[in-house]
Amino acid sequence: MSNIYNEMYQADGAVRPHYQSYSDWLKDKPLDFILQKQREADTLFTRLGITFAVYGDEGGVERSIPFDIIPRIIRMQAWKTISDGACQRVRALNAFLKDIYHDQEIIKAGLIPEQQILGNKLFRPEMRGFDVPGDVYVHVAGIDIVKTDQDQFYVLEDNLRTPSGVSYMLENRKMMMRLFPQLFSRMPVAPVDHYADVLLDNLRAVAPAGVVNPTVVVLTPGSYNSAYFEHAFLAQQMGVELVEGQDLLVKNNTVYMRTTRGPQRVDVIYRRVDDDFLDPLAFRRDSALGVPGLFAAYKAGRVTLANAIGSGVADDKSTYIYVPEMIRFYLGEEPIIANVPTWRLDRADDLSYVLGHLPELVVKEVQGSGGYGMLVGPASTAQQIADFRERILHHPANYIAQPTLALSTCPTYCDSGIAPRHVDLRPYVLSGKTVTLVPGGLTRVALREGSLVVNSSQGGGTKDTWVLEE
Amino acid sequence: MLSRAANNLYWMSRHIERAENTSRLLDITYRMSLLPYRVQESGQSWAEPWALPLVINGIASAFYARYPGVLTSDNVLRFMVLDPANPSSLYSCIQAARENARTVRGAITSEMYEDINALWLEMRSQDYDRLHASGLNAFFEWVKLRSHQFRGVTFGTMLRDEGYSFIRLGTFIERADNTARLLDVKYHTLLPSAADVGGAVDYYQWSALLRSLSAFDSYRKVYRDLITPTKVTELLVLRDDVPRSLHACMNDIYDILKSLCDDSSREAERLAGELHALLHYGHTEQIIALGLHEYLMAFLEKLSKLTAEINRDFLIPEYSQQQVMS
Repeated sequence: MSNIYNEMYQADGAVRPHYQSYSDWLKDKPLDFILQKQREADTLFTRLGITFAVYGDEGGVERSIPFDIIPRIIRMQAWKTISDGACQRVRALNAFLKDIYHDQEIIKAGLIPEQQILGNKLFRPEMRGFDVPGDVYVHVAGIDIVKTDQDQFYVLEDNLRTPSGVSYMLENRKMMMRLFPQLFSRMPVAPVDHYADVLLDNLRAVAPAGVVNPTVVVLTPGSYNSAYFEHAFLAQQMGVELVEGQDLLVKNNTVYMRTTRGPQRVDVIYRRVDDDFLDPLAFRRDSALGVPGLFAAYKAGRVTLANAIGSGVADDKSTYIYVPEMIRFYLGEEPIIANVPTWRLDRADDLSYVLGHLPELVVKEVQGSGGYGMLVGPASTAQQIADFRERILHHPANYIAQPTLALSTCPTYCDSGIAPRHVDLRPYVLSGKTVTLVPGGLTRVALREGSLVVNSSQGGGTKDTWVLEE
Repeated sequence: MLSRAANNLYWMSRHIERAENTSRLLDITYRMSLLPYRVQESGQSWAEPWALPLVINGIASAFYARYPGVLTSDNVLRFMVLDPANPSSLYSCIQAARENARTVRGAITSEMYEDINALWLEMRSQDYDRLHASGLNAFFEWVKLRSHQFRGVTFGTMLRDEGYSFIRLGTFIERADNTARLLDVKYHTLLPSAADVGGAVDYYQWSALLRSLSAFDSYRKVYRDLITPTKVTELLVLRDDVPRSLHACMNDIYDILKSLCDDSSREAERLAGELHALLHYGHTEQIIALGLHEYLMAFLEKLSKLTAEINRDFLIPEYSQQQVMS
């Protein structure tokens, strides 16, 4: 991987035009200054309690996700590609979900095998024939995008269930404005802080029919969930209640929350609880997080859930490969951002190719997430590769493989000073009234030199993402 | 607002207030123990003042389970300051308050969360032996100041909404409870030595009680006289211009409940009104005639009925079928 694309510098070492202003500012700042600002940011994040809980740690230890103070800067032209591509994708995925829970035209057209849908454990037969308000299934989507060259983007995966991380997009921006206010007067950085307003607007737009002034709530699994900070943050930003399952009750297919003024009706639930745990009467009976009767109220059209139940079937990594087909089939358009070429290991030809090229490929579990259960060939030892081969052979259909992409890098503050580190981008697409996103996203950065794994659970950090207005 | 959120706000402020009260009590007990005067001269055991924090919090048996044998100042301080196994320790109160705040961080301002989170982070990094070496008084003072600070940040930043009312409600209920218990226990232990009234030990004991409730200077201003049990009682029970007196606390509690209660929660307002009237129209002679201990026990029982009603009406409600249908 010799030709890695550096987002700040050209191959000849010259600063790219959209980084020029930042570079001019940075170049007369001593490293001490950067170090001091970095420490200030770390202290503030801890003080402000912007943390995630680490699973498996005794007593629910909270940590902050490492924050890198060097922003990632994106030109408006590149942003337009990202934005259009991500919105296009979400429109197609939404149409796909509506289709498979209704007429299943895409199966009839022979574009996706029936088994791929009906045999998928994230497919919810209970949703067949049910019309969700506004035909919106995916109210919030996180589309993971990587860049490998000038104007060359790929979608790595779609997150359509309860994608998280948007609070870091917003808090990172606040932190940067607190630390470097002068930079924002130098550069036309597009604002992102209206995210919560747009989210609330979209959620209110999908309220059950006939509800005039809908009550929206955020449903969290509770304060021990790793993303609890984000749930509380979004509720606060939208000015709505943050509820747990125990705060809700269902009577006559109507959902109420327990308030100091008696029961109050709830119309739209932005839920950050997985399908399985939403309602012990309909799904996992051992769920203590859920609300008995919620699913029946949903099916009766008395409450809206965002995202819709059963959206997971569309973000499965084995469904991913069909998304370009979905875009052509439902929208009649060509994909604006390409998929990463993907081998499916349930196909004999693909399997034998992949097994012969493991040291150069990335292999992922079909339903895995968070960077767990994944092999990065070039970064693995012969033993790790041999072990992973055994796991693949045990259940090939559980895996897909992709070429190891040369992810672009951004300058990042690290022990040795400022050095390039690989990054990806997760913009958050909102649907309801319209399909939109705010100009920005969560840039995740692999802090270890050479590492391509950006997940926070695997030692990744985050950066503020600046889209420059023209 | 959400009942669970109201409950967390209410307990957040109760825990902070409890930490402050415990700090005050430990501070004054510690100061007294440093005086050249020996309390045993009055016939009491030297360690007795150190039993106070345990008795007031109802944790004497928990203490003896953890420190079998003799009650010493060092044991009690270890137990009450940083022991995470003691739910009434300063450490545990701050931890609980911060956990309440974290659960409802959307219902408080970011300044409030930042303040209470920083308080917890600092508390967590304390070490008992280091604190002891550098003087515990400074630490008690710090806890008290941080409680003042948090109340100030709350007062200065928070929307005057229902949540704000539940925060204040928690503060005054905890404070009333603490003042009543402190007065009772102190009075109880002092009574047998009433013959010593006017003696140096007696003076220190009463002034310590007043100081632990920040009421010493107020006493001086109001009475310009020797400290007598009757006047202390009047000051801490009946006067409504002393911020930690029972009457002052009930003024606030009653006002808050008048604004919070609606038709489904009239009982809480009524109970508060009754308790308020008891203090508002009370007489020192009545209290002396009944006995201060009996009077305070009756007060605490009524207060506990009131808090149970507040739970039922607001914080942990059970709904009737009728309420849900309406």
